[in-house]
Amino acid sequence: MSKTLLTVATRKGTFLLESDDRKSWTLSEPLCEGWPIYHAIYDATSDSIYAAAASEWHGSAIWRSRDHGATWEMSSEGLTYGDEDGRKVSKVSTLARAGDRLLVGAEAPGIFESRDNGETWSLLSTLSGQHGSEAWDDPANQPPGHLGISGFVTDAEDSDNFFAIVQGVGAFQTDDGGSSWAPRNSGLRRDWPGDYEDVGFCVHKLVRSSNPERMYQQNHVGMHRSDDAGQSWTEITEGLPGDFGFAAAVHPHDTESFYVIPVDGGHGRTMHEGKATVWRTRDAGSSWQPMRNGLPQVDAHLGVLRQGMTMDKHDVPGVYFGTSTGQVFASADEGETWSEIASYLPSISSVDVAIVD
Amino acid sequence: MADVRLPGTLTPLFPGLPRRLEVGAATVLGAFDELDAQWPGLRDRLVGEGPTLRSHIHAYVDGERSRLDTPLAAGSRLDVIAAISGG
Repeated sequence: MSKTLLTVATRKGTFLLESDDRKSWTLSEPLCEGWPIYHAIYDATSDSIYAAAASEWHGSAIWRSRDHGATWEMSSEGLTYGDEDGRKVSKVSTLARAGDRLLVGAEAPGIFESRDNGETWSLLSTLSGQHGSEAWDDPANQPPGHLGISGFVTDAEDSDNFFAIVQGVGAFQTDDGGSSWAPRNSGLRRDWPGDYEDVGFCVHKLVRSSNPERMYQQNHVGMHRSDDAGQSWTEITEGLPGDFGFAAAVHPHDTESFYVIPVDGGHGRTMHEGKATVWRTRDAGSSWQPMRNGLPQVDAHLGVLRQGMTMDKHDVPGVYFGTSTGQVFASADEGETWSEIASYLPSISSVDVAIVD
Repeated sequence: MADVRLPGTLTPLFPGLPRRLEVGAATVLGAFDELDAQWPGLRDRLVGEGPTLRSHIHAYVDGERSRLDTPLAAGSRLDVIAAISGG
């Protein structure tokens, strides 16, 4: 019998939530020795869980479990810029599967790959030569909270074609497995001066719908949609309570449906008016509806980070998000109703979901 | 042989690794390399690019703050400390 598996990355380890019916959930113990985890995923290709970790003491490594969380190993073999390069791997921020490769994004900005399911790693690309790279390679532009490569979007049909986000710079796409790159930020808004027309954008989260031409993104300034596979972007913020947020998720079966969690763009970065709300569009951003049934509506100053919301692929898909204060909320009906399925976890960095046997 | 004391955060990562053990290496880095040969990946948990000690890992040889190239003598004591960090 299949089960729904949530993989939750937190400041103090990975946690797993499992359910047979998406009503009753079982929470694991803290995993990965309590290391700070920036992103954790279940990977169907290798039937394994991977967790990108960066310990203040012991550096960056990728944890892996081949048995759905029962036992874990870690490796950072090859996860380095080398002794001569000058760049240092201070953090591993994000993971993705692309064909036979497992990708990890790092700070200082760079992409490493593993072709043996996380046992060893090698440098794939630093996107050198792209506009902005001279600045992002400067350690002065790598403050402690910076993620470097903060996200990937891969293509299930073409493993050589994927996007990488350079935090604070923009999205880039490769169609040759990382050998060459092109910026994909045309049409994005920015409210600050830039040295280049094609980079200097703050892409928080990028998602692709079941139609590869249709993409969405949550930006530092606005929600955006692309109808041409990221070649150009149109802002779709109107109707939302603000233009800032981190988390976003796309409906697995309906290319018109997209979910975001707007938060205050100042220092607070929590949900507006203390009301926990997921906003959904069912018409590709022409209109938005607040989804609040079952979410706390009084004094709920919750934050959700960029990898903090996801959707499963059930026929009626579920929506899940984890907060900076350790709650996990779940909806089994496309966001219509919600319940709190974990309450006291450490601060959550990411939530991933899979249907596993 | 030098007497090495390791932080408690390290031992759960490497099955069979004790908190206290002896090495024959001539330097602090040599000690970590020697341990890495038996517990692959251990060096990387203490040493970053450069190579340098990871910023929140401190090493003391006979009570003195030391670097990776600090010599170890027969009978030296090497304490490896996970510094106060985070909450």
